[in-house]
Amino acid sequence: MNLTLRIWRQKGPEDKGRMVTYQVDDVSPDMSFLEMLDVLNERLILAGEEPVAFDHDCREGICGMCGLMINGNAHGPQRGTTACQLHMRQFKDGDTIDIEPWRARAFPVIKDLVVNRNAFDKIIAAGGFITAPTGSAPEAHSVPVAKGNADAAFESAACIGCGACVAACPNGSGMLFTAAKVTQLSLLPQGQPERYTRVIGMVDAHDEAGFGGCTNAGECTVVCPKGIPLNTIGRLNRDYLAATAKRGDNTPGS
Amino acid sequence: MAVTGIILVLFLVAHMLGNLKVFAGASSFDHYAHWLREIGKPLLPGVWFLWIMRAALLVSVVAHIWAATTLALRARAARPVQYAHRKKIQGSYAARTMRWGGVIILLFVIYHLLDLTTGTLNPVGDPSRPYANVVADFAPSRWYVTLFYTLAVVSVGFHLRHGVFSALRSLGQQTPQGERRAKNVALAVAVLLCAGYLVVPFAVLTGLVS
Repeated sequence: MNLTLRIWRQKGPEDKGRMVTYQVDDVSPDMSFLEMLDVLNERLILAGEEPVAFDHDCREGICGMCGLMINGNAHGPQRGTTACQLHMRQFKDGDTIDIEPWRARAFPVIKDLVVNRNAFDKIIAAGGFITAPTGSAPEAHSVPVAKGNADAAFESAACIGCGACVAACPNGSGMLFTAAKVTQLSLLPQGQPERYTRVIGMVDAHDEAGFGGCTNAGECTVVCPKGIPLNTIGRLNRDYLAATAKRGDNTPGS
Repeated sequence: MAVTGIILVLFLVAHMLGNLKVFAGASSFDHYAHWLREIGKPLLPGVWFLWIMRAALLVSVVAHIWAATTLALRARAARPVQYAHRKKIQGSYAARTMRWGGVIILLFVIYHLLDLTTGTLNPVGDPSRPYANVVADFAPSRWYVTLFYTLAVVSVGFHLRHGVFSALRSLGQQTPQGERRAKNVALAVAVLLCAGYLVVPFAVLTGLVS
């Protein structure tokens, strides 16, 4: 299949950037989207041009590195799929495909399609941890966890931190990511000691990073490659309300 | 947003129930309207209760708009460079029209107060005869008033469709089952309020109330 690509090219953080059109011919429908970009880059290198920079690592949908806005869809048209696991059979011969980086103040473009997602690391550093002795792992059955909580925590823990939720959000909010990281710990017994300081710290870090506020619009959960449900944000809200109502020595944020 | 929104929804419910008294006849409707000015008597003098309600509503509206503006400004700041290609709406249509819907509702509320509270824009405009004001307002010859009213009420419906769900979510609704319930409640509130508000002008338009 032959495709026309319109790709965001930006030399560096200070460059203004623009959409550039490329023609890519003889694309196999069995290629992944990133392989198709590899083919384009091979040709650009042979032609002596600068290849298109894009993030990728495992290419099996579990690392969270790749992230492209494909025709206005975070990770492309297929639901529950990262860009690396998206195959060209999702497109038709002769299609024009627009490829852009995630757009958010908290995710500045480094080059072309690569954005800096350090803001997510700052949110994690503000509370995405538990207090646990190091050394050998304790016997798993010694701490019982209710099945429902274990399932919900696992659902949240599936978040790979790709940033698609921010990219799709009309408010540029990272609340689905923050909520996933808060709830995967607050639903488990191991996460209880820091439960309320965690939620305050992570929401504060989220706001400081320059993300927008959540209005429960629900665009995030639609594009999330791991299907983190929107009600995760409700769990964060409830923890946040409980945390802000607390008084005394354990007052979060004091 | 959630708390002020809920206060305003409670007002909408009370206001709708009051409106429906129009079907009980002119004297009953007028009597209800005059009673509104006397609630709290003799504990509170005259129209004090009404003014306390008005003050509470005004504070709620201002706080609601202030919170919405803060969110809108944050959203704008959070995405300084726009997408060249953006899929329209994948989540909820109602959620994405909250801001413009809110502006339409605000403009309508201003008009509505000038129309049926102060009577400035009403063809009758007699505060002692609210029933006559309503009937004159939605007369078939003034179809454009009914049209604007309908548009505004439908905007309120869309606003509540997302707003009620979002308020419950903000206040800690957290389970998937509860999410379905909250969305159904939001839809029911939106549809019931829309229907309750729209029957009055259409009853006048069709001559059912005259």
